[in-house]
Amino acid sequence: MSVRQALLALLEQGPMYGYQLRSEFERRTGSTWPLNVGQVYTTLTRLERDGLVAESGADGEGHVVYRVTDAGRDEVAAWFTTPVERTQPPRDELAIKLALAVTVPGVDVGSVIQQQRTATVSALQDYTRLKRAGRAADPQDAGDMAWSLVLDSLVFAAEAEVRWLDHCEARLRRAQLDRRDDVPAAEPTSRKEATR
Amino acid sequence: MTSTPVAVLLLDTVSRVHGHGETAVQALREVSFAARAGELVAIMGPSGSGKSTLLTLAGGLDQPSAGTVSVEGTDLASLGATGRARMRRTSIGYVFQDFNLIPALTAAENVALPRELDGESRRAARKLAVAALEEVGIGELADRFPDNMSGGQQQRVAIARAVVGERRLILADEPTGALDTETGEEILRLLRARCDAGAAGVLVTHEARHAAWADRVVFLRDGVVVDETGADRVEALVDATS
Repeated sequence: MSVRQALLALLEQGPMYGYQLRSEFERRTGSTWPLNVGQVYTTLTRLERDGLVAESGADGEGHVVYRVTDAGRDEVAAWFTTPVERTQPPRDELAIKLALAVTVPGVDVGSVIQQQRTATVSALQDYTRLKRAGRAADPQDAGDMAWSLVLDSLVFAAEAEVRWLDHCEARLRRAQLDRRDDVPAAEPTSRKEATR
Repeated sequence: MTSTPVAVLLLDTVSRVHGHGETAVQALREVSFAARAGELVAIMGPSGSGKSTLLTLAGGLDQPSAGTVSVEGTDLASLGATGRARMRRTSIGYVFQDFNLIPALTAAENVALPRELDGESRRAARKLAVAALEEVGIGELADRFPDNMSGGQQQRVAIARAVVGERRLILADEPTGALDTETGEEILRLLRARCDAGAAGVLVTHEARHAAWADRVVFLRDGVVVDETGADRVEALVDATS
């Protein structure tokens, strides 16, 4: 859904044709979610059908230019003033994988967690490298700032994933120790300290 | 990991046991680890994983039960207490979470202190200190006292103190722990820049976002290195997108 609103928001700044919309979208989001131009035109067709944009002739090179309608402006305003819905969490492959790893016998959950953590920290290093490479550096340039904030969003999401993995690991280890302590022949609690 | 001439810090099969007999706790088990010139290495792990032990050993503040710790090719155990103290003043810079600045001294005096202790004249030490403060972006605060500075500014002073006099090994223990996210990031940028300029850095942190500034991230669990990310993939990605 967000592509539709994003294109509308771009058109609110002035009439544009499909390729321009695509490159503006990618410039501001750092090509994090690449759009193909077919997707842009399909979206424009639907927006036109719904009365949110209208064709506004062609430029000198024959590109069909679109402009936003009043109804389209209202839609953009509504988008910016309404929070993104969180009622339906997107399917999360990692959470599903861990849920199954702890319930399917014979899976080494510890190594599932560690491998994922290494991979996620590697991705974090990649994002941080992009930040350092200075491609999102100028805080006074709105486009740079937009891309930089998108990058930060990826950084914080990856960090949250690592924190969640740490948390899962700690909980699983505690549960494992508690199980051992429950066994009648188990040694007294000093063992817990030694293995922490 | 192999020993190379450029390894500023080298831990070779290092173990550290606290206590004796029944109550002995093995804080590090046969850990081998190197930080080379120009490299920032992050160490991640939960509390009790041995990451702070590793850092105190690297800084010569504690000694291994087995194995060797070398800084710039010198085995710290061969130096004796006086030699190690000298090594700490001349080659090793420490950055702590709570800054550890002396409140009765100005920023410049704090930074100049290790140089003066090392026998440098007061004037020469101050000159170096002001240059180091300028390098971390707070030259104009040289005569301010720590109490009159923000947390981010105090940590900059601590970094200046850690690098003054061309020290080539910087050890940072949760340096961003007391700072907000943006200020923390500025501190990491500084550490990173220092390593890019040729120092070797070791950063202990539990925050992945900060560890991500390093070339390599080493994961410690129960005193053992369980995994490590490399730098190769990162280079490839940047090359491909720039």
